[in-house]
Formats: sequence, C-alpha cells, structure tokens
Amino acid sequence: MSAIAPARPILLGLLVPVVLIGIWQVLAASHLVASYILPSPAAVLARFGDELGGGTFGSDVWASLSRALVGFAIGAPAGVAFGLLLGLSRLAGRLFGPIFLAYRQVALFAWVPLLSMWFGGGEAGKVAFIAMTAFAPATINTWRGAAAVPAPYRELSRALILGRLDHLRLVALPSALPGILTGLRTALIYAWLATVGAELFLDIAPGLGGRLNEGRDKFEVDLMIVALTVLATLGLGFSQLAAAAERRSIRWRRR
Amino acid sequence: MTHTPRAALEIDQVGKSFDVAGRRVEALRDISFSVRTGEFVAIVGASGCGKSTLLRLILGLDTDYQGEVRLDGRRIERPGLDRGVVFQDHRLLPWLTAEGNVAAALRRSGLPKAERRQLVAEHLDLVGLGNFATAWPAQLSGGMSQRVAIARALVNRPRFLLLDEPLGALDALTRLRLQDELARIVRHEGTTALLVTHDVDEAVFLADRIIVLQPDPGRIARIVEVDLDGQRDRSAPAFLRLRDEILDTLGVRHAPRAIATAA
Repeated sequence: MSAIAPARPILLGLLVPVVLIGIWQVLAASHLVASYILPSPAAVLARFGDELGGGTFGSDVWASLSRALVGFAIGAPAGVAFGLLLGLSRLAGRLFGPIFLAYRQVALFAWVPLLSMWFGGGEAGKVAFIAMTAFAPATINTWRGAAAVPAPYRELSRALILGRLDHLRLVALPSALPGILTGLRTALIYAWLATVGAELFLDIAPGLGGRLNEGRDKFEVDLMIVALTVLATLGLGFSQLAAAAERRSIRWRRR
Repeated sequence: MTHTPRAALEIDQVGKSFDVAGRRVEALRDISFSVRTGEFVAIVGASGCGKSTLLRLILGLDTDYQGEVRLDGRRIERPGLDRGVVFQDHRLLPWLTAEGNVAAALRRSGLPKAERRQLVAEHLDLVGLGNFATAWPAQLSGGMSQRVAIARALVNRPRFLLLDEPLGALDALTRLRLQDELARIVRHEGTTALLVTHDVDEAVFLADRIIVLQPDPGRIARIVEVDLDGQRDRSAPAFLRLRDEILDTLGVRHAPRAIATAA
C-alpha cells in the first residue's frame, strides 16, 4: 500500500484517463458505435489540430478565458470586501448576513433570465453572471475566516491594548487570510464554470461554450469533445495555479 | 503583614462566580493579599482553584467581580502597558516573526521607530534569542517560543510581569532551564512578578512569597514566606522542607517511607 500511494500520485491519476481512452479506442475501432456518435480518439485529435491550425479556436479560448477573468476580477474582490465587512463588524453581520444567506439558496442559474433582462444577453450580461457567481464563494469563505479570529488572539490583542487598526492589521486580517484565499480559489473555479454557463445560455458569442453549441447544432461530436477537454484542462490549470498561489502567500506556515 | 504601606498591587476581598450551564459556580472567594514593588509572588494551587481567573482580573481582562483589585490605590478597569503577561500557550502570532511579535507589544508605546527597534533587539537578546529575530514561530521550539513571549511581555518595561503557568506546557528539562532564566531576567529587569503555577518546586525556586490556594471555591489556604537566604538550591534540605510543607497544605501526602512500607 505504502509502495504505490504516496510515491507516484500523478502517474496513478493518469491511469484512469488512459484506460478510458483505451476503451474509447476499442469502442470506436469495433464499429459498435457509429463514428458520428462517438468519433475515434485519433479523429478528435485530428480535429483539435485543425482547430488550432486554421480555425478560430485560439480566439475562442481567449474569449472564454478573458470573460472568466474579467468576471472574477469584478466579483471576487467585491466578495472579499463584503465578507470582511460581514465578518469583522457584528452589526454588518446581523444586518446583511441573513439576506446573503437567503440569496445563496437561489441556484445561480436561476438568475440568468433576470440578468439577461437587466444587462442583455451580450458581453455585459455574461460578465455580470460570472461576477455574481464568483461573488458568493468569495464572500462566504472570507466571512467565515474573518468571523473566526480565535478567542486567545482576541484576548492577546486586548492585553497588548492594540488599537482598532492595529488589531485589523496584526491580528484579524492575517487570521482571516486562509479563508480569503480559499474564497478566491473557489471563486476562480466558479467563474470558469459560470463562463461556460453564460456562453451556453446567453447570446451566442465567440468562446468555448459557443463552440459546444456549434458542435451540437452541426452534429459535430469531435468538436464538442475537443471543447470539453480544453475546458477541463484549463479548469484544472486554474485550480492548480490558485492552490500554488495560496501556498505561497501563507509563507509563515511550517515549510 | 497583610497591608504594608508600600503595597503596589492590592487584592481586596475578591470573589468571582461564573454561570456554567445555568448553574452559578463560585471560582474565587474572599481573596485578599498585596504585592510590594519588586517582589516575586507565586500563586500555587491545583487546577480549577481559580488562580488563572485571578490573574485575568489583575490583567484587567475581566472587570465583573466582587471586591476590588487596586493598582497604586486605583481600581483596575482595563489592561495596560504597566502589566505584561505571558500565557501558558505562548500565543505568538504565527504570521509575525519573533521580532514582529515582540514589536507588536510596542504599538501603543508611543516611542519612535528607532527606539522601538532597539528595545525589541535588546529584549530578544535578554531571552537569548538575538539570532532568531527573523524566525517564524513555526520554526521555534516550545521553549524558544515561550522565551519570545517573555520578551514580548517585558518589552514595554512593565511594572508587573504576570505569568500564567508560563512553563506548564514545556518538557521537564526545558522547564528547569527556563526557571533559571526567568529568575535571572526578572532580577535584571527589576519588575514585580506574579506567577501562577501548579508546580510547587517552581514556586519555591522563584518566589519571595507563595500564596497557596485551595479549590471549590478558590480560597487562600495560607501565605508562605520563602526565606532561603537567596540560596535556591533545589536539593537543599531547607528547600525540600518548604516544598513538602506546601504540598502538605495542598493535601498531597508526602511520606515516602509510608509508601515504601505499604508496598
């Protein structure tokens, strides 16, 4: 057990995808499934090459990425600020906490119709939806982190008679930092998920979601598989990047 | 003896109760004693006798109690820079370096930056950690962390050093070494020290006077003068006799021969 578990986690993680691709190849080669329903891995790879070479794929990826990042850049900082307010001010927590929790009970996609009426189905509506999606986890995690300053630290702050600003700077904010970073990481992942949602449900525009729609309309399964794979890979990259940034910014933890 | 004119800190008929699960629990009853400037006083007792509670009252963290705790004749209303505290858990902020933690105590000192930096360096030197100024708490051992906490408590040059079982979480060897250090540091700084501990040896080794508390509710069982002529030899007969006397007061049987015959 100890021989396989910690030694090669990455290789082990690749095992299942490789087996799945193998099964896929066998299915496709056996002609049990029609090739327009499930094209072979080779065909999908070829389509990927075509898209990268001549098509609009690069700009589609860029359109989705920039949309996600703009939405994140609006929603996440707002969420962190709101979360800090909720967590650090007892009055604000009591005033705004309940309505925020009520808002969280509404499934995010339920806002799509309303947002598309207010902001339109174009770029503004999409970014608004992504920002809103990123806002919620940034708020909730920051709130939790900021509200949970350990009692011994609060007592220390009183014993050292720290002023309000010093308490914030030296005790409350650093103590909330892990929560804030978790919030930002989750917000980034949510923003990416919401980007595809916005592209699928709002007006057609360049982007990976648009290519998925196109694949469905033209019955091009290879294009859909390419788009899905790219979405998954970029999403994985996002979460790895965010986790690494999180580790780096908490440098005081034991290395 | 109870009320010397030079008493700096007076605990006057102090009582304290808590509400625990809807029940009133009396933690302290009728505690009266005073501490003179420059004195080292230890408060010993079993856990739950309210000794840490008493220290919180002196610190000014809790003002809801009966009786009065006075500093120079005035009731203590809040924490102040004239009282430095070392908690049992070192309570260093993990996101600040050793020097950052010590410097945090100087935020309210009103001293210019250069002088504050100087004080921090001096006090880290005093506790023997001059070379660890930029270390993170996670990189320090328990004993080292507690040294930083002592530097933090002393950096404002407080009149009172309040020690809440400061060595209780350390291993036996580190504890003995830090007791020597603590004696040296307190002598060097000339502060008045109030040590809460359950370690009778520690109290006899460090204190000029020992307040022995008994539990349920916390009351003073007796007050013992430590008169060892400055000879703090942990194995000297006088030291052991005093220790056994206090253990007796605490109700801990201390007759090794009786145990031997019983076994």
